[in-house]
Amino acid sequence: MRLDASVPRSRIRTGDMLTEAWSAVSRRPVRSLLTALGTIAGTGAFTATLGIAATASAQISERFDLLKATEVRVQDAAPNPDSADTDPAFPGDVDARLQRLNGVNHAGLYWTLQPAPTITKLPGRLDPDQNGQGLAVIAATPGAIDAARAEITGRNFDTGHLDRNSHVALIGAAAARQLKIVRVDNQPAVYLNDVPYTLIGIIDDVKRNPDLLLAITIPSSTAVEAWGPPTVPTNVLIDVQPGAAQLIGTQAALALRPQNPDRLQVLVPPEPKNLRRGVENDTKALYLTLAVLALAIGTIGITNATLVAVLERTHEIGLRRALGAQPRHIATQLITETALLGTTGGIIGVTLGTVATIATAIARQWTPTASNWTLLATPLLGTITGILAGLQPARKAGNMAPVESLRA
Amino acid sequence: MTSPTGPPSAEGESAERVPVVALEQVSKSYPGATIVHALQPTDVVVWPGEFVAIEGPSGSGKSTLLNILGLLDTPTSGRYLLDGYDTSRLSASDATALRAFRIGFVFQSFHLVNYRTVVENVELAAIYRHTKPRHRRHAAIEVLHQVGLGHRLWVKPPTLSGGERQRVAIARALLGSPALMLCDEPTGNLDTRTSGSILDLLDELHHQGLTVIIITHDPTVAARAQRRLFITDGIMVETPVDAGALT
Repeated sequence: MRLDASVPRSRIRTGDMLTEAWSAVSRRPVRSLLTALGTIAGTGAFTATLGIAATASAQISERFDLLKATEVRVQDAAPNPDSADTDPAFPGDVDARLQRLNGVNHAGLYWTLQPAPTITKLPGRLDPDQNGQGLAVIAATPGAIDAARAEITGRNFDTGHLDRNSHVALIGAAAARQLKIVRVDNQPAVYLNDVPYTLIGIIDDVKRNPDLLLAITIPSSTAVEAWGPPTVPTNVLIDVQPGAAQLIGTQAALALRPQNPDRLQVLVPPEPKNLRRGVENDTKALYLTLAVLALAIGTIGITNATLVAVLERTHEIGLRRALGAQPRHIATQLITETALLGTTGGIIGVTLGTVATIATAIARQWTPTASNWTLLATPLLGTITGILAGLQPARKAGNMAPVESLRA
Repeated sequence: MTSPTGPPSAEGESAERVPVVALEQVSKSYPGATIVHALQPTDVVVWPGEFVAIEGPSGSGKSTLLNILGLLDTPTSGRYLLDGYDTSRLSASDATALRAFRIGFVFQSFHLVNYRTVVENVELAAIYRHTKPRHRRHAAIEVLHQVGLGHRLWVKPPTLSGGERQRVAIARALLGSPALMLCDEPTGNLDTRTSGSILDLLDELHHQGLTVIIITHDPTVAARAQRRLFITDGIMVETPVDAGALT
């Protein structure tokens, strides 16, 4: 038997369903907030962990960029003995030529003198300890010292020293300890093959070329005057701005030897993308696992809270059933409510997570980074969480017998 | 057990009229280690416009009867026709629809939704009838004026007195002009004076043509009805067998 047209099936308008669900959520704000806490915590943790992971990854990338990808080296590929190219590998104005390239911070020439001169604190015959043994003597232009990012107590030598072939020197921190030299403001001297060189600076630390710490470094022109042109392969060290390494790598040889750039071998560090990507993937996988775990806990939380809410609203559910609500109407309203709670929780969570990411980044002096999809998708994730969390309570509510609900 | 009885129609049209309620050998029993016969086979006919009280002590079976009359429960045997529809042949979904369009409920504990306003509580009765919001709101306000709550439209139930709450419940039951208003101990939670005013209201509605069935254990409440049915141990009688046993 079917009912006639005077008794249509009980139905509810979509707008009314949304209004009913929104009223149940918005007019009991404390209860709703408590119910949504799980989602807020879950999506907040999700956003924060992914945000902090992205920020940390960006920081890792930055470190890679600064320490690796900002360094270019140019070597003198040994000239072909049969070639007519017998010129020195590098011109005298290496620093100036490379400095003109866009993206170069510092650049300079250096080589280690072979055989090493005798190093003494006093003229050789007066220095029985000979405690300069084992130290190297490096010839360099000022740009090479700067490109190594040397921290110097005192001062670096300059183009004036180069022009005058001055007998000045820098001493590495380890070499200074070996020679028991602690200060340079009184202009102490070291003797190279009994020739005095005034120490004008102590290299306390370097970011590159750590052999500078265990050596006496003198101006390249002074070395050529005293020991002749280099007999070992010379090197050029270039400190470039982040992202410029590949470009400078293609320009450096031509700038230094336009007539025969092939003689020079340019060493550009491998692009750290793969390594960076690997590290990023590792960290993201870890953080994503934590985030999903947090979200799962949030889902369980909202499910439990909604189950409790269903029990508390047994009378209301019974009333709605008595007034004509079909079980699916009750279930749909419950799921709509949990979806609204999940969405609201997701929006609050993504806001708190972003704040946590920014706060962490500020505390660590990092640049906060977050992907757009994380910020946009997380509220949606809250919605999905809410829907999933609402399924079981909705099923339970829909199956409630109206008689039992009204009597409860 | 009673015989189906109908009030004589003033115009002598009873043959053409359809009873609002017609129970034919309706019974209800609950299975278990010992089968409980909550309602013995019962025949009752309630005609449109009647004001009927079903009176009985606790555990007599009156709530079981109310649930069957309200389509909240199904009988174990027998046939129940509501407004001419044989409910035993309806699906659960159709029974729900019939309940939505033909029955108004008034409960002892009001069953108002506390986080909704008075108007919204009344509107709730029409929401599952797919009515347009504007029409629904207009009808809810009109019916609230009818029960004397025109000045309390926008407050929430917790701020109302017991009597006012029951008036809201009555207004909700009236919305959409149901064929039958089922009242389950409508004055059970009210003091004597407020009970009197609620019964006056029900009486007034009855005189306007509404069919009202009150379930009560209180003889003074039942005395306000036009017709009294007594139920004890699941057995329904038209006249009290032993009125003293009911008190």
